[in-house]
Amino acid sequence: MSAPLLAVEGLSKRFGATHACRSISFELEEGEALAVVGESGSGKTTLLHMIAGLLPADSGTVLYRNRDGVSRELGIMSEGERRALMRTQWGFVHQDAARGLRMNVSAGGNIGERLMALGERHYGRIRASAQDWLERVEIPANRLDDSPQTYSGGMRQRLQIARNLVTAPRLVFMDEPTGGLDVSVQARLLDLMRGLIAEMGLAVVLVTHDLAVARLLSNRILVMKQGEVIESGLTDRVLDDPQAPYTQLLVSSVLAA
Amino acid sequence: MIELLAVEGLAKTFTLHLHGGRKLAVVAGVSFVVGPGECVVLGGPSGVGKSSILKIVYGNYAADAGRIWLADGSRVLDIATAGPADIVAARRRTMGYVSQFLRVIPRVSALDIVAAAARDAGLEAPAARARAEHLLERLHLPRALWPLPPATFSGGEQQRVNIARGFVGEHRLLILDEPTASLDAANRDAVVDLIDERRSQGAGFLAIFHDEDVRARVAARIVDVSAFSQREAA
Repeated sequence: MSAPLLAVEGLSKRFGATHACRSISFELEEGEALAVVGESGSGKTTLLHMIAGLLPADSGTVLYRNRDGVSRELGIMSEGERRALMRTQWGFVHQDAARGLRMNVSAGGNIGERLMALGERHYGRIRASAQDWLERVEIPANRLDDSPQTYSGGMRQRLQIARNLVTAPRLVFMDEPTGGLDVSVQARLLDLMRGLIAEMGLAVVLVTHDLAVARLLSNRILVMKQGEVIESGLTDRVLDDPQAPYTQLLVSSVLAA
Repeated sequence: MIELLAVEGLAKTFTLHLHGGRKLAVVAGVSFVVGPGECVVLGGPSGVGKSSILKIVYGNYAADAGRIWLADGSRVLDIATAGPADIVAARRRTMGYVSQFLRVIPRVSALDIVAAAARDAGLEAPAARARAEHLLERLHLPRALWPLPPATFSGGEQQRVNIARGFVGEHRLLILDEPTASLDAANRDAVVDLIDERRSQGAGFLAIFHDEDVRARVAARIVDVSAFSQREAA
Protein backbone atom coordinates (compact mmCIF):
# COMPACT_ATOMS: atom_id res chain seq x y z
CA MET A 1 0.00 0.00 0.00
CA SER A 2 1.25 3.45 -0.87
CA ALA A 3 0.92 6.29 1.61
CA PRO A 4 -2.38 8.19 1.67
CA LEU A 5 -2.61 11.37 -0.42
CA LEU A 6 -2.95 13.42 2.73
CA ALA A 7 -2.17 12.38 6.29
CA VAL A 8 -3.12 14.75 9.08
CA GLU A 9 -1.68 13.82 12.45
CA GLY A 10 -2.39 15.43 15.80
CA LEU A 11 -3.13 18.89 14.43
CA SER A 12 -3.79 21.44 17.19
CA LYS A 13 -4.31 25.18 17.37
CA ARG A 14 -5.09 27.52 20.23
CA PHE A 15 -6.29 31.08 20.08
CA GLY A 16 -5.55 32.40 23.58
CA ALA A 17 -7.37 30.12 25.98
CA THR A 18 -9.57 28.63 23.25
CA HIS A 19 -8.69 25.29 21.72
CA ALA A 20 -9.79 25.81 18.10
CA CYS A 21 -8.53 22.35 17.14
CA ARG A 22 -7.46 19.59 19.49
CA SER A 23 -5.22 16.90 18.07
CA ILE A 24 -7.10 16.21 14.84
CA SER A 25 -5.98 13.21 12.79
CA PHE A 26 -7.30 11.73 9.57
CA GLU A 27 -6.17 10.41 6.23
CA LEU A 28 -7.45 11.13 2.76
CA GLU A 29 -7.01 8.86 -0.23
CA GLU A 30 -6.90 9.90 -3.85
CA GLY A 31 -10.37 10.62 -5.25
CA GLU A 32 -11.97 10.71 -1.81
CA ALA A 33 -14.27 13.58 -0.83
CA LEU A 34 -14.28 14.38 2.88
CA ALA A 35 -16.71 16.81 4.48
CA VAL A 36 -15.93 18.50 7.79
CA VAL A 37 -19.18 19.61 9.41
CA GLY A 38 -20.06 21.41 12.60
CA GLU A 39 -21.53 24.65 13.84
CA SER A 40 -19.72 27.98 13.73
CA GLY A 41 -16.89 27.96 16.20
CA SER A 42 -16.41 24.19 16.00
CA GLY A 43 -12.94 24.68 14.52
CA LYS A 44 -13.65 23.36 11.05
CA THR A 45 -12.37 26.40 9.15
CA THR A 46 -9.27 26.62 11.35
CA LEU A 47 -8.62 22.97 10.52
CA LEU A 48 -8.99 23.61 6.78
CA HIS A 49 -6.66 26.61 6.87
CA MET A 50 -4.00 24.62 8.72
CA ILE A 51 -4.18 21.73 6.27
CA ALA A 52 -4.00 24.05 3.29
CA GLY A 53 -0.98 25.80 4.76
CA LEU A 54 -2.78 29.13 5.26
CA LEU A 55 -2.37 29.03 9.02
CA PRO A 56 0.51 27.57 11.03
CA ALA A 57 -0.41 24.79 13.46
CA ASP A 58 0.74 24.84 17.10
CA SER A 59 1.53 21.14 16.84
CA GLY A 60 0.93 18.20 14.59
CA THR A 61 1.86 17.41 11.02
CA VAL A 62 0.35 17.37 7.55
CA LEU A 63 1.93 14.94 5.10
CA TYR A 64 1.12 15.29 1.41
CA ARG A 65 2.09 12.65 -1.14
CA ASN A 66 3.53 14.40 -4.15
CA ARG A 67 3.00 13.35 -7.78
CA ASP A 68 6.43 11.69 -7.58
CA GLY A 69 5.08 9.40 -4.82
CA VAL A 70 7.15 10.94 -2.03
CA SER A 71 5.28 12.23 1.02
CA ARG A 72 6.40 15.63 2.22
CA GLU A 73 5.64 17.40 5.46
CA LEU A 74 3.89 20.68 4.83
CA GLY A 75 5.29 22.41 7.90
CA ILE A 76 8.92 22.09 6.78
CA MET A 77 8.40 23.12 3.14
CA SER A 78 9.65 26.50 2.09
CA GLU A 79 7.09 29.19 1.34
CA GLY A 80 7.96 28.89 -2.36
CA GLU A 81 7.39 25.13 -2.39
CA ARG A 82 4.04 25.55 -0.68
CA ARG A 83 2.98 28.21 -3.15
CA ALA A 84 4.00 25.98 -6.06
CA LEU A 85 1.93 23.16 -4.61
CA MET A 86 -1.03 25.49 -4.26
CA ARG A 87 -0.70 26.55 -7.89
CA THR A 88 -0.15 23.14 -9.44
CA GLN A 89 -1.55 20.26 -7.42
CA TRP A 90 -4.01 21.96 -5.09
CA GLY A 91 -7.02 24.20 -5.41
CA PHE A 92 -8.84 26.33 -2.85
CA VAL A 93 -12.46 27.37 -3.35
CA HIS A 94 -13.36 30.17 -0.94
CA GLN A 95 -16.87 30.94 0.23
CA ASP A 96 -16.41 34.50 -0.99
CA ALA A 97 -15.45 34.17 -4.65
CA ALA A 98 -13.82 37.61 -4.54
CA ARG A 99 -11.13 36.13 -2.27
CA GLY A 100 -10.30 33.41 -4.76
CA LEU A 101 -10.50 35.56 -7.91
CA ARG A 102 -8.62 38.57 -9.17
CA MET A 103 -11.51 40.95 -9.52
CA ASN A 104 -9.68 43.46 -11.76
CA VAL A 105 -8.69 40.83 -14.32
CA SER A 106 -11.04 39.40 -16.97
CA ALA A 107 -12.69 36.01 -16.48
CA GLY A 108 -10.45 34.53 -19.15
CA GLY A 109 -7.43 36.06 -17.45
CA ASN A 110 -8.46 34.54 -14.13
CA ILE A 111 -8.42 31.08 -15.66
CA GLY A 112 -5.38 31.67 -17.84
CA GLU A 113 -3.28 32.96 -14.97
CA ARG A 114 -3.18 29.54 -13.34
CA LEU A 115 -2.02 27.99 -16.61
CA MET A 116 0.68 30.62 -17.07
CA ALA A 117 1.89 29.88 -13.56
CA LEU A 118 2.48 26.33 -14.80
CA GLY A 119 4.64 27.64 -17.64
CA GLU A 120 2.09 27.77 -20.46
CA ARG A 121 2.99 30.70 -22.72
CA HIS A 122 0.95 30.03 -25.87
CA TYR A 123 -1.79 32.67 -25.97
CA GLY A 124 -4.07 30.69 -28.29
CA ARG A 125 -3.94 27.58 -26.13
CA ILE A 126 -4.50 29.55 -22.94
CA ARG A 127 -7.50 31.30 -24.45
CA ALA A 128 -8.95 28.05 -25.81
CA SER A 129 -8.52 26.40 -22.46
CA ALA A 130 -10.20 29.32 -20.68
CA GLN A 131 -13.07 29.19 -23.17
CA ASP A 132 -13.44 25.46 -22.66
CA TRP A 133 -13.54 25.84 -18.89
CA LEU A 134 -16.11 28.63 -19.02
CA GLU A 135 -18.32 26.26 -20.95
CA ARG A 136 -17.74 23.43 -18.51
CA VAL A 137 -18.90 25.60 -15.63
CA GLU A 138 -21.84 26.83 -17.71
CA ILE A 139 -20.80 30.44 -18.20
CA PRO A 140 -21.68 31.87 -21.65
CA ALA A 141 -18.59 32.06 -23.87
CA ASN A 142 -19.26 35.72 -24.68
CA ARG A 143 -18.49 36.62 -21.06
CA LEU A 144 -14.84 35.54 -21.42
CA ASP A 145 -13.47 39.07 -21.58
CA ASP A 146 -15.73 40.54 -18.92
CA SER A 147 -14.53 41.30 -15.44
CA PRO A 148 -15.90 39.07 -12.66
CA GLN A 149 -17.18 42.31 -11.10
CA THR A 150 -19.97 42.17 -13.69
CA TYR A 151 -20.82 38.56 -12.76
CA SER A 152 -23.59 37.39 -10.44
CA GLY A 153 -22.66 35.57 -7.22
CA GLY A 154 -23.35 32.16 -8.74
CA MET A 155 -21.28 32.92 -11.84
CA ARG A 156 -18.38 34.18 -9.76
CA GLN A 157 -18.40 30.97 -7.79
CA ARG A 158 -18.40 28.92 -11.00
CA LEU A 159 -15.54 31.03 -12.33
CA GLN A 160 -13.59 30.44 -9.14
CA ILE A 161 -14.12 26.70 -9.60
CA ALA A 162 -12.92 26.89 -13.21
CA ARG A 163 -9.84 28.86 -12.15
CA ASN A 164 -9.03 26.15 -9.61
CA LEU A 165 -9.65 23.15 -11.84
CA VAL A 166 -8.02 24.31 -15.07
CA THR A 167 -4.66 23.00 -13.88
CA ALA A 168 -6.17 19.55 -13.10
CA PRO A 169 -5.30 19.59 -9.39
CA ARG A 170 -5.32 16.41 -7.29
CA LEU A 171 -6.67 17.95 -4.11
CA VAL A 172 -9.18 20.75 -3.71
CA PHE A 173 -10.09 22.50 -0.47
CA MET A 174 -13.55 24.06 -0.28
CA ASP A 175 -14.78 26.44 2.39
CA GLU A 176 -18.60 26.69 2.36
CA PRO A 177 -18.62 26.77 -1.46
CA THR A 178 -22.36 27.47 -1.69
CA GLY A 179 -22.51 29.52 1.52
CA GLY A 180 -23.21 33.01 0.28
CA LEU A 181 -25.36 32.07 -2.70
CA ASP A 182 -29.07 32.33 -3.34
CA VAL A 183 -30.84 29.04 -2.88
CA SER A 184 -31.97 29.25 -6.51
CA VAL A 185 -28.41 28.80 -7.80
CA GLN A 186 -27.13 26.38 -5.15
CA ALA A 187 -28.62 23.22 -6.65
CA ARG A 188 -27.10 23.69 -10.12
CA LEU A 189 -23.74 24.56 -8.60
CA LEU A 190 -23.80 21.47 -6.38
CA ASP A 191 -24.69 19.26 -9.33
CA LEU A 192 -21.87 20.83 -11.34
CA MET A 193 -19.35 20.31 -8.54
CA ARG A 194 -20.48 16.75 -8.01
CA GLY A 195 -20.00 15.98 -11.70
CA LEU A 196 -16.55 17.59 -11.82
CA ILE A 197 -15.33 15.85 -8.66
CA ALA A 198 -16.37 12.45 -10.07
CA GLU A 199 -15.12 13.12 -13.59
CA MET A 200 -11.71 14.43 -12.54
CA GLY A 201 -11.28 11.98 -9.65
CA LEU A 202 -10.54 14.88 -7.30
CA ALA A 203 -9.74 14.47 -3.65
CA VAL A 204 -11.69 17.08 -1.70
CA VAL A 205 -11.70 18.47 1.81
CA LEU A 206 -14.96 20.37 2.13
CA VAL A 207 -15.92 22.50 5.12
CA THR A 208 -19.62 23.19 5.49
CA HIS A 209 -22.28 23.66 8.11
CA ASP A 210 -24.89 22.51 5.59
CA LEU A 211 -25.51 18.79 6.02
CA ALA A 212 -27.29 18.56 2.65
CA VAL A 213 -24.18 19.88 0.89
CA ALA A 214 -22.05 17.34 2.78
CA ARG A 215 -24.41 14.56 1.71
CA LEU A 216 -24.27 15.54 -1.94
CA LEU A 217 -20.56 16.13 -2.29
CA SER A 218 -18.76 13.84 0.15
CA ASN A 219 -18.22 10.12 0.74
CA ARG A 220 -16.91 10.58 4.25
CA ILE A 221 -17.64 12.99 7.02
CA LEU A 222 -15.99 14.32 10.18
CA VAL A 223 -18.28 15.92 12.74
CA MET A 224 -16.53 18.59 14.82
CA LYS A 225 -17.56 20.13 18.09
CA GLN A 226 -15.46 22.52 20.17
CA GLY A 227 -12.29 21.70 18.30
CA GLU A 228 -12.65 17.94 18.41
CA VAL A 229 -13.81 15.28 15.98
CA ILE A 230 -16.67 13.59 17.80
CA GLU A 231 -17.84 11.25 15.03
CA SER A 232 -16.65 10.17 11.61
CA GLY A 233 -17.57 7.67 8.95
CA LEU A 234 -19.36 7.09 5.68
CA THR A 235 -21.39 10.24 4.97
CA ASP A 236 -24.83 8.68 4.65
CA ARG A 237 -24.20 6.42 7.64
CA VAL A 238 -23.31 9.37 9.89
CA LEU A 239 -26.30 11.41 8.66
CA ASP A 240 -28.88 8.58 8.70
CA ASP A 241 -27.69 6.65 11.75
CA PRO A 242 -25.72 9.15 13.85
CA GLN A 243 -24.15 7.63 16.95
CA ALA A 244 -22.85 10.56 19.02
CA PRO A 245 -25.36 12.64 20.99
CA TYR A 246 -24.21 15.88 19.32
CA THR A 247 -24.48 14.40 15.81
CA GLN A 248 -28.00 13.22 16.62
CA LEU A 249 -28.82 16.75 17.70
CA LEU A 250 -27.32 18.29 14.54
CA VAL A 251 -29.11 15.89 12.19
CA SER A 252 -32.46 16.12 13.92
CA SER A 253 -32.36 19.93 14.01
CA VAL A 254 -32.43 20.37 10.23
CA LEU A 255 -35.76 21.49 8.87
CA ALA A 256 -36.97 19.54 5.88
CA ALA A 257 -38.46 22.01 3.39
CA MET B 1 -17.41 -19.92 0.73
CA ILE B 2 -19.24 -16.63 0.24
CA GLU B 3 -20.71 -16.54 -3.25
CA LEU B 4 -22.51 -13.22 -2.90
CA LEU B 5 -23.92 -12.22 0.50
CA ALA B 6 -23.98 -13.93 3.87
CA VAL B 7 -25.40 -12.21 6.95
CA GLU B 8 -24.49 -13.77 10.30
CA GLY B 9 -25.84 -12.83 13.69
CA LEU B 10 -26.71 -9.26 12.79
CA ALA B 11 -28.05 -7.06 15.59
CA LYS B 12 -29.25 -3.46 15.67
CA THR B 13 -30.30 -1.19 18.52
CA PHE B 14 -30.85 2.55 18.22
CA THR B 15 -29.74 4.66 21.17
CA LEU B 16 -31.76 7.87 21.29
CA HIS B 17 -29.49 10.33 23.08
CA LEU B 18 -31.98 13.18 22.74
CA HIS B 19 -34.57 11.08 24.57
CA GLY B 20 -32.70 10.22 27.72
CA GLY B 21 -30.58 7.58 26.02
CA ARG B 22 -33.57 5.34 25.42
CA LYS B 23 -32.63 2.14 23.64
CA LEU B 24 -34.75 0.89 20.80
CA ALA B 25 -33.84 -2.69 19.99
CA VAL B 26 -34.71 -3.56 16.41
CA VAL B 27 -33.34 -6.99 15.50
CA ALA B 28 -30.87 -9.55 16.82
CA GLY B 29 -29.41 -12.77 15.50
CA VAL B 30 -30.34 -12.09 11.87
CA SER B 31 -28.74 -14.69 9.60
CA PHE B 32 -29.40 -15.50 5.95
CA VAL B 33 -27.64 -15.97 2.63
CA VAL B 34 -28.27 -14.51 -0.82
CA GLY B 35 -26.68 -16.46 -3.65
CA PRO B 36 -26.08 -15.43 -7.27
CA GLY B 37 -29.29 -15.46 -9.31
CA GLU B 38 -31.39 -15.67 -6.16
CA CYS B 39 -34.07 -13.29 -4.91
CA VAL B 40 -34.46 -13.35 -1.14
CA VAL B 41 -37.43 -11.45 0.23
CA LEU B 42 -37.65 -10.19 3.82
CA GLY B 43 -41.11 -10.80 5.25
CA GLY B 44 -42.97 -9.87 8.43
CA PRO B 45 -45.31 -7.10 9.55
CA SER B 46 -44.57 -3.40 9.32
CA GLY B 47 -42.15 -2.11 11.99
CA VAL B 48 -40.45 -5.46 12.40
CA GLY B 49 -37.09 -4.16 11.12
CA LYS B 50 -37.02 -5.18 7.45
CA SER B 51 -35.89 -1.81 6.06
CA SER B 52 -33.30 -1.48 8.82
CA ILE B 53 -31.74 -4.77 7.71
CA LEU B 54 -31.53 -3.56 4.10
CA LYS B 55 -29.91 -0.32 5.23
CA ILE B 56 -27.38 -2.15 7.38
CA VAL B 57 -26.43 -4.46 4.50
CA TYR B 58 -25.88 -1.39 2.31
CA GLY B 59 -23.74 0.21 5.04
CA ASN B 60 -26.23 3.03 5.52
CA TYR B 61 -26.95 2.03 9.14
CA ALA B 62 -24.30 0.79 11.53
CA ALA B 63 -24.52 -2.80 12.78
CA ASP B 64 -24.07 -3.36 16.51
CA ALA B 65 -23.09 -7.00 16.15
CA GLY B 66 -22.69 -9.62 13.46
CA ARG B 67 -21.02 -9.99 10.10
CA ILE B 68 -22.16 -9.02 6.62
CA TRP B 69 -19.95 -10.85 4.18
CA LEU B 70 -20.09 -9.49 0.65
CA ALA B 71 -18.19 -11.02 -2.27
CA ASP B 72 -16.83 -7.81 -3.79
CA GLY B 73 -14.75 -8.64 -6.86
CA SER B 74 -11.91 -10.87 -5.78
CA ARG B 75 -12.22 -10.03 -2.08
CA VAL B 76 -14.77 -10.72 0.63
CA LEU B 77 -15.68 -7.63 2.60
CA ASP B 78 -17.41 -7.43 5.99
CA ILE B 79 -19.72 -4.46 5.54
CA ALA B 80 -20.32 -4.37 9.32
CA THR B 81 -16.69 -3.39 9.97
CA ALA B 82 -15.47 -2.07 6.60
CA GLY B 83 -14.17 1.50 6.34
CA PRO B 84 -15.90 4.17 4.25
CA ALA B 85 -13.57 3.82 1.24
CA ASP B 86 -14.23 0.06 0.99
CA ILE B 87 -17.98 0.55 1.25
CA VAL B 88 -17.91 3.29 -1.39
CA ALA B 89 -15.98 0.96 -3.72
CA ALA B 90 -18.36 -1.94 -3.03
CA ARG B 91 -21.34 0.29 -3.80
CA ARG B 92 -19.77 1.38 -7.05
CA ARG B 93 -19.09 -2.06 -8.42
CA THR B 94 -21.05 -4.66 -6.44
CA MET B 95 -24.15 -3.50 -4.63
CA GLY B 96 -26.95 -1.16 -5.63
CA TYR B 97 -29.91 0.08 -3.63
CA VAL B 98 -33.39 1.20 -4.61
CA SER B 99 -34.99 3.13 -1.78
CA GLN B 100 -38.68 3.70 -1.23
CA PHE B 101 -38.43 7.33 -2.16
CA LEU B 102 -36.48 9.22 -4.76
CA ARG B 103 -33.94 11.56 -3.21
CA VAL B 104 -32.16 13.77 -5.73
CA ILE B 105 -30.54 17.10 -6.36
CA PRO B 106 -33.26 19.59 -7.24
CA ARG B 107 -33.44 20.86 -10.82
CA VAL B 108 -31.57 17.92 -12.36
CA SER B 109 -33.47 16.12 -15.13
CA ALA B 110 -34.76 12.54 -14.84
CA LEU B 111 -32.49 11.37 -17.63
CA ASP B 112 -29.42 13.03 -16.11
CA ILE B 113 -30.16 11.45 -12.73
CA VAL B 114 -30.23 7.96 -14.23
CA ALA B 115 -27.23 8.58 -16.51
CA ALA B 116 -25.21 9.91 -13.56
CA ALA B 117 -25.85 6.66 -11.69
CA ALA B 118 -24.61 4.72 -14.72
CA ARG B 119 -21.44 6.84 -14.81
CA ASP B 120 -20.92 6.24 -11.08
CA ALA B 121 -21.08 2.53 -11.87
CA GLY B 122 -18.25 2.96 -14.35
CA LEU B 123 -19.88 3.47 -17.76
CA GLU B 124 -18.57 6.11 -20.18
CA ALA B 125 -20.87 9.09 -20.76
CA PRO B 126 -22.42 8.01 -24.14
CA ALA B 127 -23.01 4.42 -22.95
CA ALA B 128 -24.43 5.71 -19.66
CA ARG B 129 -26.90 7.89 -21.50
CA ALA B 130 -27.95 5.10 -23.87
CA ARG B 131 -28.52 2.71 -20.99
CA ALA B 132 -30.46 5.33 -19.03
CA GLU B 133 -32.73 5.91 -22.03
CA HIS B 134 -33.23 2.19 -22.49
CA LEU B 135 -34.31 1.73 -18.87
CA LEU B 136 -36.65 4.71 -18.79
CA GLU B 137 -38.21 3.34 -21.96
CA ARG B 138 -38.71 -0.11 -20.45
CA LEU B 139 -40.26 1.43 -17.37
CA HIS B 140 -42.69 3.35 -19.57
CA LEU B 141 -41.66 6.81 -18.42
CA PRO B 142 -43.01 9.17 -21.13
CA ARG B 143 -40.20 10.69 -23.20
CA ALA B 144 -41.64 14.15 -22.59
CA LEU B 145 -40.66 13.77 -18.92
CA TRP B 146 -37.03 12.79 -19.50
CA PRO B 147 -35.61 16.33 -19.67
CA LEU B 148 -37.60 17.44 -16.61
CA PRO B 149 -36.62 17.23 -12.95
CA PRO B 150 -38.77 14.62 -11.16
CA ALA B 151 -39.93 16.91 -8.32
CA THR B 152 -43.31 17.45 -10.00
CA PHE B 153 -43.75 13.84 -11.19
CA SER B 154 -46.36 11.54 -9.67
CA GLY B 155 -45.29 9.06 -6.99
CA GLY B 156 -45.24 6.21 -9.50
CA GLU B 157 -43.21 8.19 -12.05
CA GLN B 158 -40.66 9.20 -9.40
CA GLN B 159 -40.40 5.61 -8.31
CA ARG B 160 -39.68 4.49 -11.86
CA VAL B 161 -36.85 7.02 -12.12
CA ASN B 162 -35.60 5.59 -8.86
CA ILE B 163 -35.78 2.01 -10.17
CA ALA B 164 -34.04 2.97 -13.42
CA ARG B 165 -31.29 4.57 -11.35
CA GLY B 166 -30.89 1.40 -9.30
CA PHE B 167 -30.82 -0.95 -12.29
CA VAL B 168 -28.67 1.12 -14.62
CA GLY B 169 -25.36 -0.17 -13.26
CA GLU B 170 -24.10 -3.73 -13.39
CA HIS B 171 -24.28 -4.54 -9.69
CA ARG B 172 -24.24 -8.20 -8.66
CA LEU B 173 -26.37 -7.52 -5.58
CA LEU B 174 -29.41 -5.30 -5.70
CA ILE B 175 -31.20 -4.24 -2.54
CA LEU B 176 -34.81 -3.21 -3.14
CA ASP B 177 -37.03 -1.54 -0.55
CA GLU B 178 -40.60 -1.87 -1.83
CA PRO B 179 -39.80 -0.77 -5.37
CA THR B 180 -43.26 -1.63 -6.71
CA ALA B 181 -45.31 0.02 -3.94
CA SER B 182 -46.74 2.83 -6.07
CA LEU B 183 -46.74 1.16 -9.50
CA ASP B 184 -49.59 -0.02 -11.70
CA ALA B 185 -49.78 -3.57 -13.07
CA ALA B 186 -47.93 -2.88 -16.34
CA ASN B 187 -45.02 -1.28 -14.51
CA ARG B 188 -44.94 -3.98 -11.86
CA ASP B 189 -44.54 -6.42 -14.75
CA ALA B 190 -41.72 -4.33 -16.16
CA VAL B 191 -39.93 -4.46 -12.79
CA VAL B 192 -40.45 -8.22 -12.49
CA ASP B 193 -38.99 -8.62 -16.01
CA LEU B 194 -35.97 -6.52 -15.06
CA ILE B 195 -35.43 -8.61 -11.94
CA ASP B 196 -35.73 -11.89 -13.88
CA GLU B 197 -33.35 -10.66 -16.55
CA ARG B 198 -30.70 -9.65 -14.03
CA ARG B 199 -31.13 -12.90 -12.11
CA SER B 200 -30.53 -14.90 -15.27
CA GLN B 201 -27.27 -12.93 -15.60
CA GLY B 202 -26.31 -14.00 -12.07
CA ALA B 203 -27.35 -11.00 -9.97
CA GLY B 204 -28.76 -11.66 -6.50
CA PHE B 205 -31.55 -9.66 -4.87
CA LEU B 206 -32.40 -8.80 -1.30
CA ALA B 207 -35.83 -7.22 -1.29
CA ILE B 208 -38.95 -6.14 0.51
CA PHE B 209 -42.21 -6.47 -1.45
CA HIS B 210 -45.59 -5.97 0.13
CA ASP B 211 -47.22 -6.92 -3.13
CA GLU B 212 -48.13 -10.63 -2.79
CA ASP B 213 -48.26 -11.10 -6.54
CA VAL B 214 -44.77 -9.73 -7.19
CA ARG B 215 -43.41 -11.61 -4.22
CA ALA B 216 -44.80 -14.91 -5.50
CA ARG B 217 -43.31 -14.29 -8.92
CA VAL B 218 -39.74 -13.39 -7.93
CA ALA B 219 -38.99 -14.74 -4.45
CA ALA B 220 -36.76 -17.79 -4.19
CA ARG B 221 -37.03 -17.67 -0.40
CA ILE B 222 -38.76 -15.57 2.19
CA VAL B 223 -36.90 -14.76 5.38
CA ASP B 224 -39.39 -13.95 8.15
CA VAL B 225 -37.87 -11.08 10.09
CA SER B 226 -40.37 -11.53 12.96
CA ALA B 227 -38.17 -14.37 14.14
CA PHE B 228 -35.35 -11.89 14.80
CA SER B 229 -37.39 -8.91 15.83
CA GLN B 230 -36.74 -7.29 19.19
CA ARG B 231 -39.78 -5.06 18.92
CA GLU B 232 -43.26 -5.71 20.13
CA ALA B 233 -45.20 -6.26 16.92
CA ALA B 234 -47.72 -3.47 16.48
